[in-house]
Amino acid sequence: MSLDPSFVGRTYPPTAPYQVGREKIREFATAIGATEPAHHDPAAARALGHPDVVAPPTFPVVLTMAATRQIVEDPDLGVDYSRVVHGDQRFAYTRPVVAGDELVCVNTIEDVRTRGGHGFLTTRTEVTTPDGESVVTVWSKIVVRGEG
Amino acid sequence: MELPAKTFRVTRADLIRYAGASGDFNPIHWSDRIATSVGLPGVIAHGMFTMALVGRAVTEWAGAADAVVDYGVRFTRPVVVPDDEQGTEIEVTAAVREVTDAGLTRIDITATCGGEKVLSQAKATIRTPG
Repeated sequence: MSLDPSFVGRTYPPTAPYQVGREKIREFATAIGATEPAHHDPAAARALGHPDVVAPPTFPVVLTMAATRQIVEDPDLGVDYSRVVHGDQRFAYTRPVVAGDELVCVNTIEDVRTRGGHGFLTTRTEVTTPDGESVVTVWSKIVVRGEG
Repeated sequence: MELPAKTFRVTRADLIRYAGASGDFNPIHWSDRIATSVGLPGVIAHGMFTMALVGRAVTEWAGAADAVVDYGVRFTRPVVVPDDEQGTEIEVTAAVREVTDAGLTRIDITATCGGEKVLSQAKATIRTPG
């Protein structure tokens, strides 16, 4: 799988705002077995200084995975999604995600390379409020496996 | 300093629940037919589910739900989850690498399944507990 290196540095238009719901955070926390009260109970979150329940550290993947489809499904880049495996993932927080947040994703292609017949694509997603307050930066590297 | 080891059991039901909560419905995480058709030994856990469980361990070590400020991993090996009551187990250990003057603690994490590493370069930075 050969990916066009001229895509490095390309930035995509901001996604529509994602409304972070209290029940979605609770559902996600329950699915991963995270029982800390601040993930479930607004009073416990307020005791930590947050306006509402706090999302677990990997929660932003709920919105960033959907957002990076902009890139993975960009017909000019031509990624074959059936050959994609997840390589790396990182979250760097300015502040935690909390219920009530409205979050916008801006995707940039940070690196493209081809090695051993496989394509490697690193994306960076800046997750901010609609006013541009930084919340978390998310990096994801996918591997597009070569044929055979 | 080594942090106390944590073990997470993962069954097929957990993968279905995570699929719904995360919106990742890739069939390799619920269909043996499709998983084996793309060369996997069977249904595998979402990499992001493994990362979430390890993130839980990090949060528990930190002692606060909002303590994680940076967390990254590399996925090196799939976690195969058999279709039975036992499923499989992921074991997580970690060591403190650095405690900074700025109130941050950096930890290096090891996650294994059946004795094999499933993550590499797994690192987190947390606000120093206490």
